[in-house]
Amino acid sequence: MEWLQQLVNGISLGSIYALIALGYTMVYGIIKLINFAHGDVFMLGAFIGFYAIARWDIGFIPALIISMLLCAIIGVIIERVAYKRLRNATRIAALITAIGVSLLIEYTVIFFRGASPEAYPEVMANKSISIFGASISSQSIMILAVTIVLMILLQFIVHKTKIGKAMRAVSHDADAARLMGINVDNTISATFAIGSALAGAAGVIFGIYYTRIDPLMGVLPGLKAFVAAVLGGIGSIPGAMVGGLVLGVVETIVSAIGYSLWRDAAAFVILILILILKPSGIFGKNAREKV
Amino acid sequence: MKKSKAFWGFLVLALVIYAVVQGMISGGMLDLYYQNILIQMCINIMLAVSLHIVIGITGQFSIGHAGFMAVGAYISAIATMKLGLPLIVAILLGAVISALAGLLVGIPTLRLKGDYLAIATLGFAEIIRIIFLNVEYVGGAAGMVVTNMTTWTYAFVGVVITILVIANFTNSRHGRGCISIREDEIAADAMGINTTYYKVVAFTIGSFFAGIAGAIYAHNFFIIQPTTFNFLKSFDILIYVVLGGLGSLSGSAIAAIFLTLVSAYLANFPETRMIIYSVVLIIVMLYRPTGLMGTKEITSLFKFGKKGGSKV
Amino acid sequence: MSNLLIKTENMGIQFGGLKAVQNVNMYLNKGELIGLIGPNGAGKTTTFNMLTGVYQPTEGGITFEGKKLNGLKPYQVSKLGISRTFQNIRLFKDLSVLDNVKVANHNLAKHSLLSSIFRLPSHFSGEAKMEKESIEFLKIFGLDVYKDEFAKNLPYGMQRRLEIARALAANPQLLLLDEPAAGMNPQETHDLMELIAFIRKEFGLTILLIEHDMHLVMGICERIYVLDHGQLIADGTPEEIRNNPKVIEAYLGEEVID
Repeated sequence: MEWLQQLVNGISLGSIYALIALGYTMVYGIIKLINFAHGDVFMLGAFIGFYAIARWDIGFIPALIISMLLCAIIGVIIERVAYKRLRNATRIAALITAIGVSLLIEYTVIFFRGASPEAYPEVMANKSISIFGASISSQSIMILAVTIVLMILLQFIVHKTKIGKAMRAVSHDADAARLMGINVDNTISATFAIGSALAGAAGVIFGIYYTRIDPLMGVLPGLKAFVAAVLGGIGSIPGAMVGGLVLGVVETIVSAIGYSLWRDAAAFVILILILILKPSGIFGKNAREKV
Repeated sequence: MKKSKAFWGFLVLALVIYAVVQGMISGGMLDLYYQNILIQMCINIMLAVSLHIVIGITGQFSIGHAGFMAVGAYISAIATMKLGLPLIVAILLGAVISALAGLLVGIPTLRLKGDYLAIATLGFAEIIRIIFLNVEYVGGAAGMVVTNMTTWTYAFVGVVITILVIANFTNSRHGRGCISIREDEIAADAMGINTTYYKVVAFTIGSFFAGIAGAIYAHNFFIIQPTTFNFLKSFDILIYVVLGGLGSLSGSAIAAIFLTLVSAYLANFPETRMIIYSVVLIIVMLYRPTGLMGTKEITSLFKFGKKGGSKV
Repeated sequence: MSNLLIKTENMGIQFGGLKAVQNVNMYLNKGELIGLIGPNGAGKTTTFNMLTGVYQPTEGGITFEGKKLNGLKPYQVSKLGISRTFQNIRLFKDLSVLDNVKVANHNLAKHSLLSSIFRLPSHFSGEAKMEKESIEFLKIFGLDVYKDEFAKNLPYGMQRRLEIARALAANPQLLLLDEPAAGMNPQETHDLMELIAFIRKEFGLTILLIEHDMHLVMGICERIYVLDHGQLIADGTPEEIRNNPKVIEAYLGEEVID
């Protein structure tokens, strides 16, 4: 039952990727920007959760909510201060600004608290449940539970609420949406808020699961979550979920068969294969350039 | 024959700079610390100019340039340390293998556009780095010990050759083909430019010179490690090109010189340096997205009544 | 030898499930000046894009001088001798006017990459030849005075002219002009038409012209094809087109043909 065990580990990791990937894919869907700073919002989420639990002695669920709220605010601030002016800029300018914001967040955190890692406090007794011979930790179950709840919530927001409808409209055609009376600026901010909140949640559960956080922790998961978003089809919400899970499972398998040092390469190999073979991803649509 | 005037002007300027610096080194006015900064500066100029041909000239957004620098560094280090070849042969070998790597990476990825190309190049650079990380022959994560053989002369000659080749390339029908791709790929294609070919050519030339820079870097620092060539290094190079002005060779070189000095000055405060970098980057992108020089060259500031993009 | 230059057979293209253009059968004889008209969205530019390799037809074929064009990339089509302008001007904005033309002159000189990098004599002779030819083209269009100006700084009408000069520099046998007079005033349009007539004679060109200005098309074209909803609904002399009930119907409410 070694394989079932690895599958569970892979799904746990994949859930974290999926939560981060959702933010990437929603933002890309709506303003066609690869928000490089998204991985750093994830990092900030992990630190906010850490301080909430370790220093202010708050329980896990309230800490998760605080982290999500603060990350949502941070996401909106980033969007308003840095990205809003770039709506009509070239793609290169937008991408470089995003890289700049990412570096700024990372090194500002290092500037104030140093680069040393922090050990996440334990929030729940680490019990294991045995299912079909695989021992599944309570943390894995917690990750899955949180992810599933958040995804259901997201589906509800996107498909059943007014702001969700506005988000879908703006990502389809911002100009037409504006003419229909939708406040495009607010809708974009809402997208950043939701995406960043999900990244914040991912940060907290990452901290609890892997117990070690540091200011540059967002870089690699951020890039990989982007890979997950591309894999699923950028702009597609179910795509991001599936892409994240697939990536998590693949990475875990690569580690399990003894190539753990190559684990990070796996994500990039997947990325390049998907970009070359089917750039629109699993759930994406093909777009044609107008001449 | 204005172009050859610029050529001779550049060569004379290069000789004068070389003579002055060499004189100061011989006269003991520049100690090892300053010599090292000068070498760093040369390496960074080579990196900047070699990325400029890809991003600034051809408009292909690569953010994985450090990967090719790594190939040049490791291959040349293997050549000198394991095979006992002379440094100059090692540099050329590093550059050629790096160009081959550029060719291999470029052919599949350059079909992609914009953001997707950027991410794919980043992915390739990370794969290259992870390969070196996993090869015990070159020391894995601990890195590879390399004898310090680089001198200021090697570095400076490298810069002069890099600039000359890339400027000559730019000012020819081949360079114009590349610029037309940057300006409007569909129109370039319709006018008979083989866009795939020129994108790959520019990418390969860029990788070649990144390889030279990597080789010179490897023999300047006693040790090379895979982490040196991560995407932060790629971003560093990107910053030179973007701040200097997308499309301006002299702009990217000036930015490389300036930022090397800033880095050296802030060497003991790496966080401060990165904060300043990132703030400057954001501000420039928001308020002057074409970079400091735009597509203009420093030489055009001295030529009155002569406008036009790509002159050196 | 036949006089035929280009022929399409049942040419069509689908985007997704949508048939944008279908069953187009047209031909151009050498030296002809032919019009392609039709209401907005009829598929005129899509037809141009298929003829130049920007889009690959999903049905039917194109034969140019006895060679199949299907599967060729735009630059290969250009080398065979088909050149074009764009409806929404696509100049190389940050290049000088002269360099815009030089880009299209690319395949005129043959000096290699290495000869340029090492500045061998063939580089200088090749570049000099390109410069000379390009300036000749600019002179024809009255653009030589602007040769060092950035293309983006030219006035609108001049940009349209530069596009034609650039297309001509690619040394075509067949020139496709996509609404060359769009946005021009009557005087500019008149001058442009004289210019087109002149280059046609001077370079022995065959020209296919998309134009909205009916008066103009009727005035200078020998034959006219009419596209509507992606299909050819009529072809013939201007006189025949003018009296064709299908054409009148297609244009009804849009524009009255005088």
